[in-house]
Amino acid sequence: MTARGVLVFGIVDDGQLRPATAELIGAGKALADDGAGPLTVALLGAVTDAHGEAVDRAGVEEILLVSSPEPSFEAHVAEAALAALIESRRPSVVLAGHTVDSLGFAPALAARAGLGFATDVSGIGWGEDGASARRGAYAERLTAELDFPGRETVLLLLREGAFEPATAAGSAPVSRLDLDLAGAARTELVERRTPPAGDVDITTADFLLSIGRGVEDEEQVAKLEEIAAKIGATLSVSRPLVDAGWVPSDRQVGQSGRTVAPKVYLALGISGAVQHLAGISAAKTIIAVNSDPDAPIFAAAHYGAVADLFEVATELQQQLG
Amino acid sequence: MKVLVPVKSVAQIDGEPLLDGAAEVSPDLLEWRLNEWDEFALEAALRLVEGDGGEVVVVTVGQEEAEEGLLACLAKGADRAVRIWDPALAGADPLAVAGLLARLATEEQPDLILGGVQSSDSGNAATAVALAGLLDLPRVAVVAGIELDGDQLTVERELDGGAIEVLRLRTPALLTVQTGINEPRYATLRAIKQAKAKPLATLGPAELGTDAAAALALAGSRTVALAMPERGEGATMIDGPPSAIAGRIAEIVTAEVGS
Ligand SMILES: Cc1cc2nc3c(=O)[nH]c(=O)nc-3n(C[C@H](O)[C@H](O)[C@H](O)COP(=O)(O)OP(=O)(O)OC[C@H]3O[C@@H](n4cnc5c(N)ncnc54)[C@H](O)[C@@H]3O)c2cc1C
Repeated sequence: MTARGVLVFGIVDDGQLRPATAELIGAGKALADDGAGPLTVALLGAVTDAHGEAVDRAGVEEILLVSSPEPSFEAHVAEAALAALIESRRPSVVLAGHTVDSLGFAPALAARAGLGFATDVSGIGWGEDGASARRGAYAERLTAELDFPGRETVLLLLREGAFEPATAAGSAPVSRLDLDLAGAARTELVERRTPPAGDVDITTADFLLSIGRGVEDEEQVAKLEEIAAKIGATLSVSRPLVDAGWVPSDRQVGQSGRTVAPKVYLALGISGAVQHLAGISAAKTIIAVNSDPDAPIFAAAHYGAVADLFEVATELQQQLG
Repeated sequence: MKVLVPVKSVAQIDGEPLLDGAAEVSPDLLEWRLNEWDEFALEAALRLVEGDGGEVVVVTVGQEEAEEGLLACLAKGADRAVRIWDPALAGADPLAVAGLLARLATEEQPDLILGGVQSSDSGNAATAVALAGLLDLPRVAVVAGIELDGDQLTVERELDGGAIEVLRLRTPALLTVQTGINEPRYATLRAIKQAKAKPLATLGPAELGTDAAAALALAGSRTVALAMPERGEGATMIDGPPSAIAGRIAEIVTAEVGS
């Protein structure tokens, strides 16, 4: 497999470079070290020299700043920019984040340009046959090893938090690259809204009792909230309970909810989907109670028990209440 | 107004898979159900058509077990269903599936395509947006609100942390629908019976002007092997009856948080 290099594609949105870009660079450097070729970082958005400096890490050979005609992220502009970069540079591997932004353009580009492609990737490699990747399968019960036979360029969306960030400073040349992106946008931004503040702040709680779809019906939510109050915990939830309208969204933990950092996170009846786990990586001690011994949450928790959540919660009320 | 809703029957493993380096799980161990995200996409489609009149067509690329999911969609109110299949397509990746869906969409010419954000089994979050790419349609992924006025769509795109971006675009377009956007309806018993009388077509790749090998050649990846995940250090398991489990949890809480 000829090694034509690794391209990290980072997005600057609202003036901000996503922090996980450092993980993309760390992963890209590992591929370059394994022989995939030189590592380039391209940033798209309202890019400034400061953004270029922020990605100047050891191992990066070149930094390209691409200005977007749009003030914030726009999926079709991102697709056009990455398509042009791939066409002119023909990298062997392109790395971007598995983020809601990428979900709007990366699959379209991969299908159109005939790229090798995988999303939510948690492990990567480079060998004689080119790139390989690891991701979950069957709701994370299994892992799948993937390869990309016959693909000149492979686009991989990397799971945030799964790769070591590059930290050492580098000394790569930074240049501006003009791409013709005028007219590429196909959506018009009306406004952005941040979520309204609720009446509880789960982000500052020391002890969260967090419940998931395992509670099964709405009446149980009130009971568990009562138990939480009695044992000195704040109630938080996984997304399905908010989707069902049982609990207000300010209680939701995860990627599209709040990021929490309690001393103890007690998860009852939560399976441990990646978007949920994204919100609890700063929790000091995670305890999971789940009736399914294979629930993925046990891989992320510090303590686990295979049990019925109601029985454990009732006992807990007696012992801590 | 015609809305096309691509749906997937997702597989849940029931039992302990014996893998031994295999790239597939034995079909005997799989249980099928309609993907959660697709339930919300279908509901959104039904509501748009109920408002403006028109037709909702559901399509899946899936084996016979997937017909149950299609029947459920018909019972909820979809007008027609199409199942695309060939045994060689087992394990087809999102790009290969999108290629087949693109052929059907080219025939159907929908005004709007509503897919789910992702499937709960593989979580690729790729098929629908790949389809938009092949059809050169404007698209928005992870949509939490949809309003349609003529050919003008106003949608809420979900960002991280609960933030929302309001966007405008024109149909024909494709959106991927997020859970919680609506409250999916249940089908009545009567509708479940009547669903069997609604049109459900089964098409092979040939009827879409291709063949399985050509369809699979679009795949973006190949699964080389499946394995049990490395659980890392994993959790320290607390055994015993609920009282003992609660006792140990109480100790940990008292030590970490104080009381
Ligand atoms: C873009 C995007 C953003 C998302 N953002 C978030 C987010 O911010 N937060 C979030 O939580 N999710 C989010 N999700 C959804 C996520 O993918 C999962 O669907 C969700 O986290 C599942 O919630 P759950 O674990 O409660 O439910 P399930 O996955 O259904 O799990 C329920 C669990 O309860 C267990 N159980 C059942 N009965 C009992 C019992 N009696 N006792 C003990 N255990 C029991 C089951 O074994 C199972 O493991 C997002 C998804 C997407 C695509």
